[in-house]
Amino acid sequence: MDAIRTFPPLRDDRADAFPLAGRSGSGAANDVPASSSAERSAAQVKLHVRGVSKTYGTSTVLKPLELKVMSGELLAVLGPSGSGKTTLLQIICGLVEPSGGRLVIDGRDETDNPANKRDIGVVFQNYALFPHLTVYENVAFPLQMRKLAQAKLRNRVEETLAMVGLSDFAKRFPRELSGGQQQRVALARCFVYQPSLILMDESLSALDKKLRDSMRVEIKRLHRETGATIIFVTHDQEEALALADRICLMNDGRIEQLGAPEEIYERPANIFVADFIGASNLIHGEVAGDGTFDTPDGRVPLPPGQPMPAGRKAALVIRPEKLELCARDDAYVAGHVEETIYAGSETRLLVRLGSGSLMTARRAAGLPPITIGEPIFIRWDRTQARLLEGASTVT
Amino acid sequence: MTDIASLEGAARPARAKLKFDPLWLAAPAIAFLAVFLIWPTAQVLSLSVVDKTGALSAAAFLRIWNGPYLTVLSTTFSVALWTTVLCLLLGYPLAYWLSCKPPRQQRIAALVVLLPFWTSALIKNFSWLVLLGRNGIVAKTMLALGLAGGDKLLFSRTTVIFAMTHTLLPLAVVTMLPVMNQIDRRLLMAASTLGANASRAFWQVFFQLSMRGVAAAGLLVLVASLGFFITPALIGGPRDSMIGQLIILQINELQNWQLGSALAAILLISAVATCFAYDRIFGLSSVTGGGARPSRPDGLLRRAGLGIAFAIGLVFGLIEEGWTRHVRGLRGSMFMSVYAWAILGVLLIPIIAFVPMAFTASNFLSFPPPGFSMRWFEEFATSPLWVAAMMRSFGIGFAAGAITLVVASMAALGVVHTKGRFGSLAFLLCLSPMMVPSIVIAISLFYLFAKMSLVATDLGIIIGHAVIALPVVFMVMLATFKGYDWGLNAAASTLGAGRSRILWRVTLPLVSGGLAVGFVTGFLQSFEELTVAMFVGGGLKTTLPKQMWDNILLQVNPVIAAASVVVLMVVILMFIVVEMIRALAASRQHAQ
Repeated sequence: MDAIRTFPPLRDDRADAFPLAGRSGSGAANDVPASSSAERSAAQVKLHVRGVSKTYGTSTVLKPLELKVMSGELLAVLGPSGSGKTTLLQIICGLVEPSGGRLVIDGRDETDNPANKRDIGVVFQNYALFPHLTVYENVAFPLQMRKLAQAKLRNRVEETLAMVGLSDFAKRFPRELSGGQQQRVALARCFVYQPSLILMDESLSALDKKLRDSMRVEIKRLHRETGATIIFVTHDQEEALALADRICLMNDGRIEQLGAPEEIYERPANIFVADFIGASNLIHGEVAGDGTFDTPDGRVPLPPGQPMPAGRKAALVIRPEKLELCARDDAYVAGHVEETIYAGSETRLLVRLGSGSLMTARRAAGLPPITIGEPIFIRWDRTQARLLEGASTVT
Repeated sequence: MTDIASLEGAARPARAKLKFDPLWLAAPAIAFLAVFLIWPTAQVLSLSVVDKTGALSAAAFLRIWNGPYLTVLSTTFSVALWTTVLCLLLGYPLAYWLSCKPPRQQRIAALVVLLPFWTSALIKNFSWLVLLGRNGIVAKTMLALGLAGGDKLLFSRTTVIFAMTHTLLPLAVVTMLPVMNQIDRRLLMAASTLGANASRAFWQVFFQLSMRGVAAAGLLVLVASLGFFITPALIGGPRDSMIGQLIILQINELQNWQLGSALAAILLISAVATCFAYDRIFGLSSVTGGGARPSRPDGLLRRAGLGIAFAIGLVFGLIEEGWTRHVRGLRGSMFMSVYAWAILGVLLIPIIAFVPMAFTASNFLSFPPPGFSMRWFEEFATSPLWVAAMMRSFGIGFAAGAITLVVASMAALGVVHTKGRFGSLAFLLCLSPMMVPSIVIAISLFYLFAKMSLVATDLGIIIGHAVIALPVVFMVMLATFKGYDWGLNAAASTLGAGRSRILWRVTLPLVSGGLAVGFVTGFLQSFEELTVAMFVGGGLKTTLPKQMWDNILLQVNPVIAAASVVVLMVVILMFIVVEMIRALAASRQHAQ
C-alpha cells in the first residue's frame, strides 16, 4: 500500500464548486439524509467506524464502538463531558490513534493514514485560527498545502469569504474580529477545500445564544449547499435536536442510542437517554402484575403492551408536556406546587409529590396563576408514558 | 439638606486624592534610573567628545578609527555576532524540546537549564580555564586518543566564542521558552487537518509564532556579549581582546576617560541601535511576552517572513515525505532528545566539575583532583579577606535585593494599573538597564560616584546592583501582577474588607510567591555581579566575585574553587527556595 496518498483533486470546474450537487453521485442533496432506516441502508456509507476503541494506560476512554455515517448526513454526537465524544472525533480526523478497530472512509481503510492525508475538514472548538495570518491567509492555508495555482487559489478564497459574508475582512487578523466572525472564518477555512467529511468540535459553544442561533442556520445552509457529510460534537441537546439528521448519544465511552432526533426524544432507549434529552419526569417503581406500576406515590397505570414481568424494577418516563393538571378524582399522582418558573410562552411548575420526588409540568400562558404551595393533581395519557428498565444512575 | 451637602463636600476631596494615576507608583523607579543610569551615562558619553582642557574634540574617536582599537572593535562585533547566532541556533531546538514536554517533566528538565543560568559567568569561564588548560582533562583525553592540538585549546578565538556561547545559552533558552509555551498546540493540529505535514506545520505556524521569542533572545544575548570581558580576559589570547577589556584598561588603569568613554559610547550606540531595530520589527513590549505590536498585513518584513517560512516549510515538507516513504521507524523526536541531553550535559559539566576540584589535596587546580582534602575550604574560612568579601556580598545582596524589590514592585503595579499613555514609556525605562551593557553602567556610576564620594562604599555598590537587577525583578513582578486577578480585591471589598485588610488577607498571600522570586532574583543578580563591584568598589570594598576575579588574575589556586563551591551552594539553595515557592504558589493557584 502506498504510504503517501495524494489529496483527491480539487474540482476546478467553477460550475460545480458550490453547491456540489453531483458530489455523492446520488442526485439532489435533499434525498441524502433519508429518514427511514430501510432507505438509509441503501444510501452510500461515508464513514464506517468499525470496533474503534481507545485506552490511555488503564483508563478506557472509548469502548469498542460501531458507527456508520451516511453520505451527506448531518450527524450530531451528543453526550456529557467525558463521554468520549471528542476522542471519537479526534480518531476520525486522525489526530489520535485508536487503540483498536478500523476506520473506513469511502470504502478505504484510513486507520493508518495521518491527519494531513485525510480528506477531512475540522472546525475546532476554539476555532484554532492562525493568529499570525490574516483572514485571507488563514482561508488560503489549506489550498496552499494542496499546491493550488495562485489565480485559482485567489478565486476560491474570495468566493468562500463571500459565502460566509466576510469579503470586507480579508486583511484583518483573527484577533481583530468578533467571536461570530472568527467562527465564520473557521467555517470558511474548512469549506474552502471542499472536504467531503466535516467534523465540528463544540464549534458553537463559545458564542452567545443569539449568535449561536444564527450560526446554526448558517451551518444548515452550508450543509445543504455543499452536500458535505457533517459530524458535529456537542453537549447541548437542544443544538443536537435542532441541527441533526441523526443523533448519536454517547455516555461513558459507548453509544447509548443512535437515531433520528424525534426517535431519541420520543422513544428513549434507556433511562440515561430519557434523562439527558429534554427535561423528563422519571417515576421509579416496580412492575405490578395487573398492568400497573407500583410507586411510592401509589399505583399508576402502565402503557399498554409492556413486556416486562411483574416484580421488575423500572422507571416510567413522561415528558413534561404530556402531563395534564386535573381534578383530584382523575389524578394518578398528587403533590403541591413548590416553585413556578415563568418562561414566556408557558409557565413551568415544579411539583413535589407526596413521596418527596419532584416532577415538572407545563402550563400554557394566560391561565389563572397558581400560587406556591397549592395542592395539585396530575394525570397523563398512559400511551404517552414509556417504561424503561433499571434503576436510574443519573439524577 | 445642609448636612448632606457638607458631607459631600468633605468626602469629595478625599476621593479625588485617592484617584491619582497609578503610574505615580513608578515614580521612584523612574527617578532612581534617571539619577543613577540616564544622567551618569549621558555625562560619560559627553566625556568622549571633550579633551583634557575641556574643549570639544573628536580626538578619541579619531584615535579609535586610526589605531589598533579598530581591530578590537571588529573582534568584539564578530565574537558577539557569532555568540548570538550560535546561542539561537543551539538554543532553539533545546527550548523547543523543553516546550514539547508535559509541564511536570518540563519543570524538571528546565532546572538543568536554570542552574547554569543562575551560575555566574565568572565561575563557568574559570572552570573552562582549568578543564581546557594545557594539562586539563580535555587535553589529556585528546592526547590519549591521539588527537593533535589538545595543548592549544585555550587562548583561541574559537574557544572564546565557545565559552561565551556556553555562558549565554541558558539566557537564550529561558527567553525563548515562555514564548514557545504560549503557542497553542491546537494550531498545529488544525494545520495538520488542513493538509500540512509535520514539517510544514512547524515552519509555517510554530516557527512563525516563536519568532518574537527568538528575536528577544537574540537581543538580550547580543547586548550582553557586546560588553563581555570575563571570557576574553580569562581564556582569550591577546588577539581576542574585546571592547570591555579595553574600557577597563583605559579607565581603571590609565585613567584615560576620553578614550574609555568613546569606547563606551560605541558599545552603547550599537546596543541601542539593536534594540531600536528590534522595536521596529517586534515591539519592545513583547520582550516580556506581552502582546506583539499589531503588524500591518502588507508590511514588507511580514511578507518576507511568511515567504521564507513558506519556502523552508516546502523544502522540509518534501524531505519529510521522502523520509517517511523510505526510512520508516526512525523518529525525529529521538534525535531531539539525544541532542537536548547532550547540550544540557555540556551546560552542566563546568559547574559540576568544580566540586571535586575544590576538595583537591594538591597545590594546583586540576581535574580530576589527585587526592581529597578539606584544606582549601579551611583556608577560605580562615582568610579574613575571603570571609570579609563573603559577608559583604551577603549584605550587599540583601540590601540590593530589598531595594530593587520595593522599587520594581511599585513600578510594576503602576504599569499594570495605569490607563494613561505613559505606561509604555515607564515600562521601557524600567527595562532600559538591560539594553545598556553592564560595563557602561559600571563606568558611568564610577564617574558619578567619584563626585558624590560614593566610590569604595557599600552603598555605591548596592545602588549599582539595584540598577542592574531592576529590569529582571521588574519583569518578574510584572508577570506576577498581571497574573493576579484584581477582581478578587473588588470581591473582597464588597464582602466588607477594608484596604489594608484586602492587602494582608487577599493580595499579599496570593502574590507572595512572586515577591519571593523577585527578591531572590535581585539578591542573586547582586551576589554574582562583578563589573559594578570592580569599578565602584574601587579595589577596597571587595565582594566575593571581585575577590575571585583578583585571585584568578594573580595566582590560580584551589581556594578559588572552594569559593566557587560556596557561591554555587548559595545559588543552589536560593534556587531550591525559589522553586519550592513556585511550586507552592502553583498549588495554591490550583486550589482556587
